[in-house]
Amino acid sequence: MLIDFFLEVRRAKVPASLREFLDLLEALQQRLAFADMEEFYYLARLCLVKDERHFDKFDLAFKSYFEGIEHLDQMLEALIPDDWLRAEFEKNLTEEEKAKIDSLGGLEELIETFKKRMEEQKERHAGGNKWIGTGGTSPFGADGYNPEGFRIGQKKGRHGRAIKVWEKREFRDLDDSVTLGIRNIKVALRRLRKFARQGAADKLDLDDTIRSTARNAGYLDLKMVPERHNAVKVLIFFDVGGSMDPHVKVCEELFSAARLEFKHMEYFYFHNFVYESVWTNNVRRMNETTSTWDILHKYSSDYKVIFVGDATMAPYEISHPGGSIEHWNEEAGATWFQRITEHFRKVVWINPLPEGYWGTGGSLGMTKQLVSNHMYPLTVDGLESAMKHLSK
Amino acid sequence: MKFTGTENYVATDDLQMAVNAAITLQRPLLIKGEPGTGKTLLAEEMASALGMKLIPWHIKSTTKAQQGLYEYDAVSRLRDSQLGDEKVKDISNYIVKGKLWEAFEAEEQVVLLIDEIDKADIEFPNDLLLELDRMEFFVYETQQFVKANKRPIIVITSNNEKELPDAFLRRCFFHYISFPDHDTMKSIVDVHFPGIQQQVVKDALEVFFDVRKVPGLKKKPSTSELIDWLKLLMADELTAKMLQDKDSSSALPPLYGALVKNEQDVHLLQKLAFMARRRG
Repeated sequence: MLIDFFLEVRRAKVPASLREFLDLLEALQQRLAFADMEEFYYLARLCLVKDERHFDKFDLAFKSYFEGIEHLDQMLEALIPDDWLRAEFEKNLTEEEKAKIDSLGGLEELIETFKKRMEEQKERHAGGNKWIGTGGTSPFGADGYNPEGFRIGQKKGRHGRAIKVWEKREFRDLDDSVTLGIRNIKVALRRLRKFARQGAADKLDLDDTIRSTARNAGYLDLKMVPERHNAVKVLIFFDVGGSMDPHVKVCEELFSAARLEFKHMEYFYFHNFVYESVWTNNVRRMNETTSTWDILHKYSSDYKVIFVGDATMAPYEISHPGGSIEHWNEEAGATWFQRITEHFRKVVWINPLPEGYWGTGGSLGMTKQLVSNHMYPLTVDGLESAMKHLSK
Repeated sequence: MKFTGTENYVATDDLQMAVNAAITLQRPLLIKGEPGTGKTLLAEEMASALGMKLIPWHIKSTTKAQQGLYEYDAVSRLRDSQLGDEKVKDISNYIVKGKLWEAFEAEEQVVLLIDEIDKADIEFPNDLLLELDRMEFFVYETQQFVKANKRPIIVITSNNEKELPDAFLRRCFFHYISFPDHDTMKSIVDVHFPGIQQQVVKDALEVFFDVRKVPGLKKKPSTSELIDWLKLLMADELTAKMLQDKDSSSALPPLYGALVKNEQDVHLLQKLAFMARRRG
């Protein structure tokens, strides 16, 4: 039961686990939701989604699944063949009504007409027209078996009310595969802080223990302090000058906001790709440069290295000596990059371009290969994966 | 001694192989997999299936490898010495046994679960290499040598938050519990909630037709709501069956088994179908 639904939700990349699915089933068994799609929607979301950024994906999955179910309209018909129904049907008719039915060509024909009309109406509805009452010609309406009419209104009502909740997609902004903007920068920041704070533990505060033990007339009085958190050291290289500037700015702000959480954090800038030197001040980039060798020697291998850039350029800017568009480089960018990845244990590349545009070839593919595929999009999700890799 | 899953636990073939190999060759079994795929449960069910005692050791971010062997409670001893307690003369009074010790000491073979090993510090697995390999360790404070009476069956779970060191991995058997496919999931649901579908469908029908009064129900569903509801509950079976067999009438008998329990329910379903058609 509901397994297809669950699989659909997971296909939409909502990280729901089996345990949560079993929770949902238990909730159904306890009748927390009963014969009400809206209730079911809330219940399913409650059980399966554990983070607001997945709400939108869940809504989409829910919608697509229920559109699929709509096509099961023939279910009850399929379940109960006409022969079985007829007895039930006739039981509910008075003699008078039966006589009327006969005058309309008998029950067989009536059911046929009825079915045809249903088909017709469904089609018209699918076309998006408002229901037109068929009352005048409907034998059912005429005979008064069906005061509410066919599906007139009923089907529309079902759509209008229940589906609406998940079709609204209120949570679109919280979806983390959207590129970072003002709205979700806070969420991203939280992720970064999570990355920075690791290995919290209690340790003995020796000074305080001695002091308070003495004050305690020699009886042992232990004092503990929380261990200092920020053990993470980070180097960030930004690609500046070009179309990536606004994105890089977002990223720069983001990391600045998180900088208190890191033990050590340094910014460097480069243009398109790293060569023998980078610079720390973008205004005076031509005069004050830092040698890449110096960076390799100065910072130990446990620094985490993050590159931010679109990695989009002419391939020879990476692969050939003299390929740089700004100056003559003696050694190819790829050589320099390899030195960096060899020295530092963890290197990631964060790319503000949407992941869909990356492709496998060209300079982007080369860069991706150089960072051993640890290239991540500049989204909350991407940042989180990047941090996860860095902290492993 | 062979593990084939239990009535509460569905073990796929590859998992059974992994477990049986680990039991036979007495190697620790490292289990990885997505959250909620029953990694921890596996150890519990193994223990109950094999009729052994389970010793769980749940790892936290602050857990040290030494705590699994033993801890020397120096603080208590210091306090006792201040109070002049006689106990203080014997250091072994302050050696607190860890889970590994407990498992090594047991008379019968036990299942030792080291749960979520990746939560701990990166050095944690390395610190346990020798102990897990030889199943023995040395207590420095008491100059005592602890060796396993019967090598425990060790199950280690990981959520893959940290990479584990190679030297550690080499000493383990490794199994990845992949996310269950449709059929496995069906059997898992059956194990946990036998007959839930029939139950819920029956509930819905009975409530709708006032066969039974259900306390706490906000409102009686309308026909269309009920039909939507049944569609939702039965969708899995219906799609499969209807795809297989376009001719609806012959698809019927097997459907009943899957969807409703008894004749009374069938009757209610007929009644509903009738109402649905009447309303169009």
